[in-house]
Order: sequence, then C-alpha cells, then structure tokens
Amino acid sequence: MTLAARDRRLGWGLLAPALIWTAAFFILPFLAMVALSFASMDGRTVVHGFDPGNYVRIFTDWTMLKALINSLEITLVVTVVSVVLAWPLAAIIAFRVPARWQRLALLLAVLPFWTSYVVRSYSWLLVLGQNGVVNKALLGLGVVAEPLQIVATRSATVIGFVHFFVMLLTLTIYANLIQLSPNYARAAQDLGANRWQVFAHVILPLTLPGVVTGAFLTFVLCIGDYITPQILGGNAELTLPQLIMLQLGRSGNFPLASALSVVLMAVVTLAYFAASRWLRLDRV
Amino acid sequence: MRALSWAYLALAYAFVFLPVVVLVVFSFQDGRLPVPPLRGFTLDWYAKVLADRKLMAALVNSLLVAALSSAVALVLGFLAAHALARVRLPGSALLRGVLIAPMTVSYLIIALGLLSLFNQIGIRPSLLAAGIGHVVINLPLCFAITYAAMGDHQKNAERAARDLGAPEWKVLALVSAPMLAAPLAAAFFLSVTFSWDEFIIAFLLTRFDVTLPVEIWSMLRSGLSPATNAVGSLVFLVSVTLVILLEILVFRRSK
Repeated sequence: MTLAARDRRLGWGLLAPALIWTAAFFILPFLAMVALSFASMDGRTVVHGFDPGNYVRIFTDWTMLKALINSLEITLVVTVVSVVLAWPLAAIIAFRVPARWQRLALLLAVLPFWTSYVVRSYSWLLVLGQNGVVNKALLGLGVVAEPLQIVATRSATVIGFVHFFVMLLTLTIYANLIQLSPNYARAAQDLGANRWQVFAHVILPLTLPGVVTGAFLTFVLCIGDYITPQILGGNAELTLPQLIMLQLGRSGNFPLASALSVVLMAVVTLAYFAASRWLRLDRV
Repeated sequence: MRALSWAYLALAYAFVFLPVVVLVVFSFQDGRLPVPPLRGFTLDWYAKVLADRKLMAALVNSLLVAALSSAVALVLGFLAAHALARVRLPGSALLRGVLIAPMTVSYLIIALGLLSLFNQIGIRPSLLAAGIGHVVINLPLCFAITYAAMGDHQKNAERAARDLGAPEWKVLALVSAPMLAAPLAAAFFLSVTFSWDEFIIAFLLTRFDVTLPVEIWSMLRSGLSPATNAVGSLVFLVSVTLVILLEILVFRRSK
C-alpha cells in the first residue's frame, strides 16, 4: 500500500464516527420527517403514503398561513431592531472603551446571554407584566394611568427576542470591527472625507460580513424559537414553532407538524441563499 | 459625541441587565409573588428549591447529559477535524459542509426529526435520546472550533512524531490533543453550556427523567413564583461561573 493510500484510509477512519453520527441522527431523521410530511391522518393513526394534502392545507388554511406570516414579521422586525441597537454598542466598545477594558466590557455586555434561555423569557415576564417593574415605574411616574398590557402581545415577544439577539449581534459585529485596520478610516480622512462619510462609505460597508452573519444567525434562531413567543406572547397570535408544537401536543398530528417544519426549513434555506453572498459562517 | 457614547453604553447595559437584576432581586422576595413591591428579604425560596427532589434530580440529569454529550461531540469533532485538516480527501469541502450543516437548522426541526425516527425504530423518550440530540447540535461546534485551530505548527510536530515511529493514536493523544488544549477546552465548555441550557430537544425527547430547563418549564406552568426566580438565579450563577472559568483558564492562557 502506498503512503498516500494509507493516509487516505486513516483519514476516512478518523472521519467515519462523526459522519456516521451525522448521517444517522441528522440526515436520516430529516429524511424521515420529510417522508412523514406526505403522510395523512386517519383519526389518530398515521397513514403513510404520498399525500401533498398537508402542504395544501398550510397554504390555504388561514390559521396556518397567518402563523407563517406572524413568524416572518416578528423575525424581520427583531433582526432589524437588533442590528440597529447592537451596531453602536459594538462600535462604542471597540472604539471608545480603552483597549485593556474592552474584553471585560464585552463580557459584561453579553453576560445574560449565558443564563438559561427559559429563565430569561420568564424574567421578562416579571419585568413587563401587569404588576411588573416597568408598569409600576410608569404608574409611579404618572406616565400612564392604567398598567400597559405588554405581556401576551407581540411587543413582549419582540422585546424578549431583541434582548437576546442584541447580545449575540454585539459579539459578531465587535469581532468584525476589531479586525478593521484604522488605516482605512485614516486614508479616507486624508482624502477629505468627513466623519459621516468615513462611517457611511468605509466603516459600515467593511462590517457588512459581520452584520450579515449575525443577522442570519438571528433570523435562523428567532424564526425557529418556541420558548420566547410561548412565554411572552402567549397564545394571542401563534408563530410557526408554536403551531408545530400544538400539532404535536393536542392533536398528535405528526404529519402536519412535519410539513410545517419542512416549510420552516425552506424559509431558513431561502434566507441562507439571500445572505450567502456576504456570509462567513466559518468566521463567527 | 463622547458623552452620547457613554450614555448609550449605560442604557445598553441597563437594558441587558434589567431582567437579570429583577430575577435575582425578587428571588429574595418575602411574599408569594416575585413582583414589586419588595416586601422583605428571605432565603426561604432557595431553601425550598434546594430541598426539591425533582428539581435536584433534573439538575443532576442536566449535568450528566451535558458532560457526556459534550465529551462525545468533542471526540467525534476532534477526530473529524484532524482527518480533514491533515489528510487530503476527495470532496473535503462537501464533507465539511455536511458536518457543519446541523448548525443552520432549528433545534425544533432536529428534535422533531429525531422524535419521528425514534418513534419508528422504537427508541423511547429518555435522557439517552436527548443526549443523542445534544451531540448532533454540538458536534458541528466542536468540529468547527478544533478545525479552525489546527495550524502548520502542529502539523510539523505531528509529522516529526510520525517520523519517529509513533502510531497515529499516539500522535493524536500525545501531540495533537495537548497542543490544542485551549481550543478543545473552549469547545467542550461551550458545548456544555449549550447542552445545559437546551430546551426543545430535551422537552420532546425525554419523558420521566427530565433535564433542568424542562423541569423549570413545568414550574412556569403553575404561574409566577419566587421559587422560579431562585432556580433561575442559581442557574445564572452556575453559567456565569463556567464562563468566567473559561475566560480565565482558556483565553488568558492562550494570549
């Protein structure tokens, strides 16, 4: 056996466990799910077959379509608001905070990122509830006469999401900003650009990869999340993941839940292709 | 401009910390509801939580699942990264893509896929099932981190070891792994924190023995209670300790 062939056999041997695991517990389940999405329900039993009925239902039944629209709207709002809030935060940490304090400032800015996801949503429930801190403060200051209904509305879901994703995006945008050589800004200034022009035409475009990567992650994690809309938004309006969980729990309709998941997956794939031009997943 | 920056920073910190502060403060609430006004200071809720058998069992389950699934993900990810970084294989870009792919898929979809597969082949919901799911989500992470960390410097040391007659397992265990100690530790700790905090896979794939996030979820269904605040504060304490340990042990040393 030649050296190269021996090397290659060794390579496949080392790669095999990870590949087999991914094939058995990621690719195979996914294919099983796609197959199941074409099954139908007879009472409470699953009838396997090739029936596109679930997909027809998703795009004709207003409850289903509305859940998809809700998810898209919430995700887009959350992504845009989070980017707009996180960019200045990352920039201030990267450019204003002295170098030796930057790591600490960043660590602090994202510390709640590491707390339990479920608990974080619950905490916002305490903050935003009828008797919560925000309402008590607003009432005390005389800003409002009646407590605001925030929990169990879309606003609460958006606030909970934005909180989480501002932290995530601050990390990805900071990582991008800190790699920029100050020479770009200097060169632009030497060539007569004012501060606004330096920002708009030099710094901002250069951070686009970090922004797009973070925004894509935000999109994927946000649109697939069940916890935040369930705890903070309640059942007033459903998102896609909530609808999927309802199908699993209440009616045991696995085929419909699978079809909804395939639709969710398709939306994420579309987002990936939209973002892929600037996406650097390997540099997160 | 400068003052505006600091004001923005202060506001951002306030926003980021608001829910955590409220959570922790009202875990000491001397009353039945974790909302203002603060009626007094008590540690009763912590005592109650620490004496709760189900919660403590869930905590142990979570630690077990997190440690074991992260260890498996780390070994699989490290071996695969080593193979792809060292040996020229046909279609290696595609192989990397396949290994990274689970990262771009919602946990809910991974959970649902595993649930339908396990249903069909007769694996019952259990901690093992959830652990398998956690390996799926952490394997891409461990692979990506170790793959990114492998450089020429290590390549040369490994080649030297091989030339001196070391079999491949010895090269891996005595040369590659120690040289990659920092990224390996980072990948392991990150995996542990992700698994420790993961809800939807654990929720769908466990039944009688559950993990901590699932147990906390069932606490939420009985309404607001300072007991939930106390659990949340303890979880926060554990996670922050992990992050600070990681920061001190791994990143300080790697600089």
